[in-house]
Amino acid sequence: MSSPWEVPVPVRTIEHCPTGIVGLDEIMSGGLPAGRTTLMSGGPGCGKTLFGTTFLINGARAGEPGVFIAFEEREEELVANAASLGYDLQQFIDDGLIEVDYVQVDRDQIYQTGDFDLEALFIRLDLAIRTTGAKRVVIDTLEILFAGLDDTVALRSELRRLFRWLGERGVTSIVTAERGDASLTRYGFEEYVSDCVIVLDHRVTDQLATRRLRIVKFRGSAHGLNEYPYLIDDTGVSVIPITSFDLSYAASTEIISTGIADLDAMFEPGGLFRGTTMMVSGGSGTGKTSFAASVARAACARGERVSYFAFEESVAQIVRNMGSIGVDLIDAIDEGNLQIVAGRPTQIGLEHHLSVMHRHVEREQPALVIMDPITDFEAIGSREDIKAMLVRMVDFLKQRGITSVFTSLTSRHDMEESSVSSLIDTWIQLSNEERDRRLVRSMYVRKSRGMAHSERVRVLDLDRNGITLRRVDQDTERKSAIEDGQPDDRG
Amino acid sequence: MIEGDNEQIPGGSEPAWTDDSGELTGDVKEWQLRLYVAGETARSTAALANLRRICEEHLAGKYSIDVVDLLVRPQLAKGEQIVAIPTLVRRLPEPVRKIIGDLSDRDRVLIGLDLRPKD
Repeated sequence: MSSPWEVPVPVRTIEHCPTGIVGLDEIMSGGLPAGRTTLMSGGPGCGKTLFGTTFLINGARAGEPGVFIAFEEREEELVANAASLGYDLQQFIDDGLIEVDYVQVDRDQIYQTGDFDLEALFIRLDLAIRTTGAKRVVIDTLEILFAGLDDTVALRSELRRLFRWLGERGVTSIVTAERGDASLTRYGFEEYVSDCVIVLDHRVTDQLATRRLRIVKFRGSAHGLNEYPYLIDDTGVSVIPITSFDLSYAASTEIISTGIADLDAMFEPGGLFRGTTMMVSGGSGTGKTSFAASVARAACARGERVSYFAFEESVAQIVRNMGSIGVDLIDAIDEGNLQIVAGRPTQIGLEHHLSVMHRHVEREQPALVIMDPITDFEAIGSREDIKAMLVRMVDFLKQRGITSVFTSLTSRHDMEESSVSSLIDTWIQLSNEERDRRLVRSMYVRKSRGMAHSERVRVLDLDRNGITLRRVDQDTERKSAIEDGQPDDRG
Repeated sequence: MIEGDNEQIPGGSEPAWTDDSGELTGDVKEWQLRLYVAGETARSTAALANLRRICEEHLAGKYSIDVVDLLVRPQLAKGEQIVAIPTLVRRLPEPVRKIIGDLSDRDRVLIGLDLRPKD
């Protein structure tokens, strides 16, 4: 007999069942708990049904048939709604990979006269599972039973049995439920589900709808604790993860030029590390866009692709203004290396912006991404929201080894950018001041991770030769240049 | 109609084909009742006994009951939207009505079947 001290430690590594929903599997360490039930709660319009549909369709595609027990929508409605996400649910039904059973519980037709159970529902579910060989089940939504049947006590005990039964069948299931006022679900189903609970939330703030997802419980598995924005559009459901809990991206040692020789010289290795994040901050007219555009052009000149997200100026404006300081972007655009995506931040919500940028980056595979300026997002989100978005964006880019440049508009009494400082590898501070009745632009490197850098303040010249940086004691040369009548009005 | 392995229970010795069925709705001469069960449980047995008694008292000679065991014919649950067990379906006269439970609450069964008006 073995010693009682030698009890093997049960290593309960939970298996995951991928939902195929972009982002969700990442924050759930691979997917829903396989063979178990996940409770998904949310108010009206959260997209519970679409999550369920997507879960089944992705399963069917991966060779795992599924059953959809629909209390709310008929098969035709489910098919139509799935089509709005670009899915052909009907085809999966025709191929026998997904079975939809619309369960109608019509209060007007049902009269209760004594004890009952829900055995018929179990029989229907069991038949559907056996017919399709289902590995996945979605039940959407259980509250309908409470609306149609009076005996709450009997229902509760039957639903408890249902959750247990699903577990015994070994299918991976999503059961959706209406969000309650004081509890996660209206009827407290979370008591019955011990494995996984996901809460969906749909809020409208400042006339912008934001959908967020939170994993409340996920026994035996690591999961992200944050609220994650998610999107539902014609390409399906996607969750935008903050992947910071997994800082696993590689750090490149490759040095790239900023396209500004004087700036490169301020960094000990002679440029920036590829895949890092640079922020250029400063007041209005300090030359932020000029810096960003210089970096962009340098990348294009190396044959790299660049995605430039412009939130303040149109493509034509950027091209013209940069052309006037010798940063010619036209060739890069014509060659297809530079893509400028211009749009007002206020047109769409933060999450939507993030999603648009994600998709653009996934499609175009740029080596450099520019966001000019990030402070424009303040019109549509709180600082925390913006920071959260930038964290996600930076992680997303770093995981792909993509270099990024953000510009940030600072007003004199506003140094709140420090809130995003932790995200930034290289931080360039620009400023301008009036000195001797003329405008003097200056810059310095606030920080640059992983490398020594000059701590001097430089005077910044913007003219048709581009950006040049001079030491402050050489400033007298500049004075004569201005007196020669050189144009000096670029931002 | 159900055929095969379901228990057919004729409603009395002579179906009410005559015209004197004034209490029946519309042109229906015979009440068609179907009781859905899942195996021979105590609840199902009780429901069937309760149903028979009520029918004999109120519909003698004018009804038929067929019992569908969903354990034997699970595919029938979907078609008639059966969720709870036992469920009694009044198929005729129309409109179709569903009465769930063991039919032990006699008054409610009568109301549910429309054999007694609600008051």
